[in-house]
Formats: sequence, C-alpha cells, structure tokens
Amino acid sequence: MNAIDKTKPTEEKRSRYSAGVMEYRKMGYWQPDYEPKDTDVIAVFRITPQDGVDEIEASAAVAGESSTATWTVVWTDRLTACDKYRAKCYRVDPVPNGPGSWFAYIAYDLDLFENGSIANLSASIIGNVFGFKPLKALRLEDMRLPVAYIKTFDGPATGIVVERERLDKFGRPLLGATVKPKLGLSGRNYGRVVYEALKGGLDFTKDDENINSQQFMHWRDRFLYCMEAVNKAQAASGEIKGTYLNVTAGTMEEMYERAEFAKNLGSSIVMIDLIIGYTAIQSMAKWCRRNDMILHLHRAGHSTYTRQKNHGVSFRVITKWMRLAGVDHIHAGTVVGKLEGDPHTTKGYYDLCREDFVPQNLAHGIFFDQPWASTRKLMPVASGGIHAGQMHQLIDLLGEDVVLQFGGGTIGHPMGIQAGATANRVALEAMILARNEGRDLLGEGPEILKEAARHCMPLKQALETWKDVTFNYTSTDTPDFVPQATAAE
Amino acid sequence: MRLTQGAFSFLPDLTDEQIAKQVQYCIDKGWAVNIEFTDDPHPRNTYWELWGHPMFDVPDAAGVMFELNECRKAYKGRHYIRLSAFDATHTWESLRLSFLTDRPTEEPGFVLERQEIEGRSIRYTTRAYAANRPEGARY
Repeated sequence: MNAIDKTKPTEEKRSRYSAGVMEYRKMGYWQPDYEPKDTDVIAVFRITPQDGVDEIEASAAVAGESSTATWTVVWTDRLTACDKYRAKCYRVDPVPNGPGSWFAYIAYDLDLFENGSIANLSASIIGNVFGFKPLKALRLEDMRLPVAYIKTFDGPATGIVVERERLDKFGRPLLGATVKPKLGLSGRNYGRVVYEALKGGLDFTKDDENINSQQFMHWRDRFLYCMEAVNKAQAASGEIKGTYLNVTAGTMEEMYERAEFAKNLGSSIVMIDLIIGYTAIQSMAKWCRRNDMILHLHRAGHSTYTRQKNHGVSFRVITKWMRLAGVDHIHAGTVVGKLEGDPHTTKGYYDLCREDFVPQNLAHGIFFDQPWASTRKLMPVASGGIHAGQMHQLIDLLGEDVVLQFGGGTIGHPMGIQAGATANRVALEAMILARNEGRDLLGEGPEILKEAARHCMPLKQALETWKDVTFNYTSTDTPDFVPQATAAE
Repeated sequence: MRLTQGAFSFLPDLTDEQIAKQVQYCIDKGWAVNIEFTDDPHPRNTYWELWGHPMFDVPDAAGVMFELNECRKAYKGRHYIRLSAFDATHTWESLRLSFLTDRPTEEPGFVLERQEIEGRSIRYTTRAYAANRPEGARY
C-alpha cells in the first residue's frame, strides 16, 4: 500500500466506488469512532508494518483483507449491505516497549461468520492476512467472542465437572503419565507401562502425540493391551482408571473406527492431536458427546505459530477456539517444566479454560472481558518435565482442576514405575491436605514433602533423584502491557 | 488390598483432628458436607447410603464430627464411610471434595472377570469379593 499514490489530484473528487486502487483506511476499514456492538467478534492483532508503511493504513488493510476487501475497488460491493460486512479497525495503540509494532483492534459483524464453525471463523480471521506484503509480521493476540456466537457451539463434550463425576475424583488434580519411550514399544510392553503406572496410583496414562499405528505397534494391539492394563489396575485399586487412546489417523473414517473400538473395549477417554485440524476436532467432539467419552487434545504443532511474539496466533486464541470446538482436555503449560511458559501468560490460558467469566487482565495477556455463558469447562493439562519435588509450586500455580502429567517423573523412578506413580500420588495428596489445612504451600512445600516422604519410601527416593532439576529459561512469549492501562474497549 | 477412592487414600488414615480440618475447609468455602456409607465399594457404585441430609447450615466442623461419630457407632468396621462436600455455585453444582474416613477391618478387594468375545476383545467385569454376601453381612 505504500505504493499507492496518495497525492493523486483527483482524489477528493473520486467517489468511493470508482474503479482503481484506494487506501483501505478510506474504504471504510478504519473507523476510529466505531463503538463495537455486544454481538461483534473483536480481534486484536500485533501489527509490524514494513518500513515506511503507516500503521493505520496497515491495520485497515488487515481489517479489509480479513473481511470483505480485495486490493482494488469492486463495484459489486454495492450489491451488498457492505457497510455492515466491512470489518472496522477502531483503535491502534503502539505496543509498549515494542517500537515499530502496534496493537490493532478490529470489530467484525456477527453475520460474517457461520454458526458453530471454527474453520469458518479462522478462515476469516487468519485466512488471508498473515502473508500480506506490506506487513513484516502479524500476530493474532486475542479475540473477544460474543455470547451470541459462543451459543452456536456445543462446547466441551464432557467438561471438568462431569469428568470428575464420571471418574469419582474430587478435590485434587488428576495424575497422569505419558508412556515412554514414546516410540518402539510393542503393544504388550506398552500395556505393561500402563498397568504399572495406574496400579502405582495414577489416574490416567497417555499415548504420545506420534503414537498412532506404526510397524512396531498397530493401534488395535495397543488398545487391547491398554484396556487389559486399565481394567486390571482398576480392580487392584477399586478406583476408576483410564488411558488416553490416541485415535489420530490419516482420515476421519479411520479415526471413527479407532474411536468406536476404544468405546467398545470400555475406554472412558480418547485422544486426538491438534494437527488433525479444526473441523476434524469438532467432528471428534461431537462423536464424544454422542458416545459418553472424554476427549483429550494434545496440542501437537502449536508452537510453530504460537511461540513468537511478533508473528502467528497466540495460544490464548487457540484455547478459546478449542473450548468452543468441544475438547475436554488441553495441554496448557506447566510454567516450571521443560516447555515454554511464562507464569502470567499461562495463568491467562488456565483462566480461559476453567472460568465462566474471564475479566480483562493485560498482565495475563487477556485483552478483553470474556464471558463463556455457562459453556462447560475445559480441563487444562500440565505436561512436560515436571516431577514430585515441584508439587507445591504446581498446585500453587495451577490449582486443583488440572491434570498433572509426570512422564519421565513416573517412569524414570529408580525403583520402577509403580514406585514413581506412588511417589507422585503421595506428594499430591499430602500437598492438597496441607493446603486445605491452611498451610503456606510455597513457604512450607519442601517441608510438607519431606514429612510425607517419612511414610513413603518411593517419594523419598523421587525427591532425592530429581532434587536439583529445574528448567529456568527466559520465556519468548510474555505479555507487553503498561501496568496502569485501562479497559481495552 | 487398600481401596484408594477419595482424595487422601494414599496417606496414612486421617486422624479425627485432620478430618475436622478438612471439614472446616469445606464449611469455610460454603460447601455442604455430607456423610455416606456403603458395604459395596465397586468403583462405579455412585450412590452410597446417606447418613441424613448434606449439612447445609452447620457453622463449624464440630457438628459434622458429631454426626460422623454417630455413623461410626452404627457402621464402623463393617462399612466404608466417606465425607463429601457439595458446592452449589453456578457452573459447578457438584462435589468439590470427597475422601474416606473409615474402612472395614478387612478389605478383600475385587476380582476381575474376563469374558472372551469376538476377535481378541474381552469384556471386563470388576466385582468385589465382599459382594458375594448379602448387603449388611459383607465385612
């Protein structure tokens, strides 16, 4: 757009719909006086224009290209209620401490979107604009989803409350572990890990994202051996147990076949990967709703577009889309583990999963008040490089409605998998008991663990083995905000 | 075996002092504490027998502990007893905490029965050994 001749002498005489090229800001995509309606979808983008490109024009261009516009004026606009359908950029703020980039707020009329379709919502908002030449980089930071649109989605197939009721587990985080090594085990050996971990005290075990149906283990074999393990551990403990059977496959037909088999074997939960795509996710969520199954989503692939601040889509947007799409579990970060996760940003994701109303909180990266209108709650999952010695920090940071997944922290225990599972479960129960008694987890956490280890040798060994393991790196994705900033709208 | 239902089954059995602290935590949150008992500990046995109503208006843990002791007088040693806490908050409206306070003297556990069906599939049934005897005479 910097190529447009802004000094064309005929400019003021030219009408809005004369053939030719016109700045987006003049085509109605920049409306600083616009007040978003309660039913508008609002998106906030972090815009980094090419050198010399005006930020208002760049923002208007994003509004235009993500709604009705193309690069030139078209007379066919006049056959439509085009003023309504045009997205309106109504506010552009410099990013605090981010020279050369701006937060652009864009409002979209609800009629631009198909009911109950993440595919359609995302095709509009991120479909076209991210490769736009006048921009160096573009990031979708957050979206305000109006209640009117939320109500066109079913939301989580099961939700936190009903999941807990089905599992008969209340008042503490659920415990899981991903089977390791993630590739290479035969079905028979794989089931051994599941049995040991569940019998030792975990609630769930989990397939990893890339366990599908390889030569070393076909999916039917895995499902059969895993369900033997689940049922055996259930009988040994008198407690409901489960294993996330990954039904990710090359086609929907194959995924349905695998999910049906899992259901017929009595599994309470199936699992999919984010990379199957939004439509496939929604289809599986509907299937789970019809079949009383919990749906676990592994966010495989998200870091390709969520991690860098200047370009891509924030994970808080993906979280919102997934709560609408209807999954029951989503990996949302650990803060203390091995994977990316600023504590404040992560808190924002957890709130979006679990709360019915999430107020604007710029420190947590939440740009808008987000009502959920009683949509069921999505259980966040903390997985990746965590161990029993961090239990006090995990519960303090993440609360109790979360699945804590200790993969290496269970299977890598020096006395074996059952011991590893028991160590985690004892640490967890001791910490919840202490929290409810009013003890200060952060201050007394290590002491509480030591007390619990007195009657639990596996916990003592776990604390000894991993006592110095921490992952302290600087986060790449942190909120940029001015602490005294006022409401975004 | 040791039945591991409830939030604290991997810890040594809670003392009355510890139980009272958990009860007080629930009351302070505004939750109604409920006492239930059963001699059918099957993991899918959702509806244990109620020892009266959930206690909606008890000001402190002492009232609940009194009722728990009354329940124990009737069933201790022969039944499982659990406490659970109901939260009536909108979008929750379910339990917030549930834990065992008492177990039968002996816990024989469960048998896993396997019925071989089509293909290599197996239909599993979990059954408590104690359930072979009539209700009330199991432990």
